[in-house]
Amino acid sequence: MDRERLLHLRNKEDVVKLPALERVAVCGGTHGNELSGVYLVRERLKKRRKSEVMEPVTVVTVMSNPRAVHRCVRYTETDLNRCFTDAMLSFSVSDQTPFEIIRAQELNSQLGPKGSDQATDLICDLHNTTANMGLCLITYSDCDWICLHICKHLQREMATIPVRYIHYDFPPAEAYSLDSVGKHGFAMEIGPQPHGLIRSNIFTAMQEAVQLMLDWVRLFNSGSEFEGGWVDVYSLVKNIDYPRDPQTHIITAAVHPDLQDRDFCLLHPGDAMFLSFSGESVRYKGKEPLYPFFINESSYYEKGVALFLARRRRVEIPSIQSSRT
Amino acid sequence: MSSRGSPSCFPEARRVAIFGGTHGNEMSGVTLVNMWIKNRAEIERSGLTARPFITNPRAVEKCSRYIDTDLNRAFTPENLSTPSGDGLPYEVQRAKEINQIFGPKGSPDAYDVIFDLHNTTSNMGSTLILESSTDHFNLQMVQYIKKAMAPESCMVLLNEHPHLKYSTSRSVSKHPIGLEVGPQPQGVLRSNIFESMRAIMKHALDFIELFNSGVEFPACSVEVFRVHERMDYPRDTNGNITAMVHPHLQDCDWEPLNPGDPMFQTFDGRTILYEGVSPVYPTFINEAAYYEKQQAFVTTRRETLAANSIRKTST
Repeated sequence: MDRERLLHLRNKEDVVKLPALERVAVCGGTHGNELSGVYLVRERLKKRRKSEVMEPVTVVTVMSNPRAVHRCVRYTETDLNRCFTDAMLSFSVSDQTPFEIIRAQELNSQLGPKGSDQATDLICDLHNTTANMGLCLITYSDCDWICLHICKHLQREMATIPVRYIHYDFPPAEAYSLDSVGKHGFAMEIGPQPHGLIRSNIFTAMQEAVQLMLDWVRLFNSGSEFEGGWVDVYSLVKNIDYPRDPQTHIITAAVHPDLQDRDFCLLHPGDAMFLSFSGESVRYKGKEPLYPFFINESSYYEKGVALFLARRRRVEIPSIQSSRT
Repeated sequence: MSSRGSPSCFPEARRVAIFGGTHGNEMSGVTLVNMWIKNRAEIERSGLTARPFITNPRAVEKCSRYIDTDLNRAFTPENLSTPSGDGLPYEVQRAKEINQIFGPKGSPDAYDVIFDLHNTTSNMGSTLILESSTDHFNLQMVQYIKKAMAPESCMVLLNEHPHLKYSTSRSVSKHPIGLEVGPQPQGVLRSNIFESMRAIMKHALDFIELFNSGVEFPACSVEVFRVHERMDYPRDTNGNITAMVHPHLQDCDWEPLNPGDPMFQTFDGRTILYEGVSPVYPTFINEAAYYEKQQAFVTTRRETLAANSIRKTST
């Protein structure tokens, strides 16, 4: 018998009960030039959805980095979405402290505190990427049934864009992004879109995904049971930098045309990765075929990343139901 | 094609510059110019010196479009004649320096040709930008490049509009040419875009070398798109945009936009139609850097210009 049917034959005791998600946050503008989230949050705030209480969930809408949004830059002094480690959240601030570190602590007060009982139940942090990644939910757990079920729901309901689940294996204390402040959370990353502009198809997809997520939360909170199954999870293994000049550190090759825009297409040992300006192909020298993503993301040049590589595995998820019922 | 009589004569174009990094986050030009500064072999031609030059090094360092103000709008007569001083915006000071080195603008000492390398987030493909419909040297050069690039398309944008024309860095030269290749996000280097720009420059330098060697280029027609009107996004009283480029217009640079065609889509899904009186050819559709310049796209009219035959002045 296959796994699916076995699951189906289990009795009701195998449904995992989880607390309802009473407070959900939708955050945009964590990077001020990633405009789908900025405009989605603006539209929600305009329609007086700053804090929307609609039984059975409260949705809080937040513009994370208003200074960066105003200037349409990723950040003003330091990347806000790297400021949420335990260490940085407890850092003693002074007049000299970069704006984003202070802002992270404010957001932690508002939506956290991270790791506590008062923390927001679910944080959805909206992002764009220049990489051809479709829609990805990026989170630190590969066994958070809430996040995995939401992913499965989006995959089933969204026709216009592929939906994938990415897992970064960091312990909670080292989890550095805004979404880690909530009890559950993910970055909702949609691309490709250049920074500093808004594409209507990408905005519409993000708007639809956020609505589907909120609809799912309401159903979950009302006691619906969500049948188990499986989700393909991409777990980050390593990143690869551009070839660079050893003295000047300037890049000496571009992402190869055979790799450009091929996020989530399996990269095999020997496949072309970069094309140098003098015409040589630089090839993937790893031993294991892996899945590339964040290929040629503009904001990662300064972080020394040309692409990430992930392993893919099928994760089985149980049926779940909120423990209210 | 009727004869135009004797050809237009121009002096040899010996002093040529290639500008990159006029906008510090437009990576093809930054990368090509840095590469050529290190090794000039690829841009060497007999009879001319091609000087690669990073125009806005601080913006390149920061990977931003500009520091204080847009360098590619800074070459106005007022800026170029303003006295130097500490209070000047960085780019105005820089414009004056560039005018000293490669100009002075409008004088006989100015560089013969300047190519200014740019990228755009718009789906414009390879585009050459002219500032005059009567510069027959430039008209012949763009026609040569277009033919050499075929079957890859290469469009010619003409900005001679009295209000929309602006004072570019390349305008200090006698024959300014803008190279605009997209789509490419700011801060990103795409291999295919890089190689297209590299190929355009190769053909451009070939043309000048041929011209300087005495080749006469016969009269020809050049199809251009003449800048007509700037179209902004609908905005609210706070200046924030209230609609996005419509999915049917997005990425459709150079395709006709007819009266009644969809133009914008509001955030709640309503369509706003183009209400002009005649078809136009939109370009620079959804260029990220133009949100702050109140431009969603620019409309153009298609025109055929007659280029005189040209040859170098006999000595």
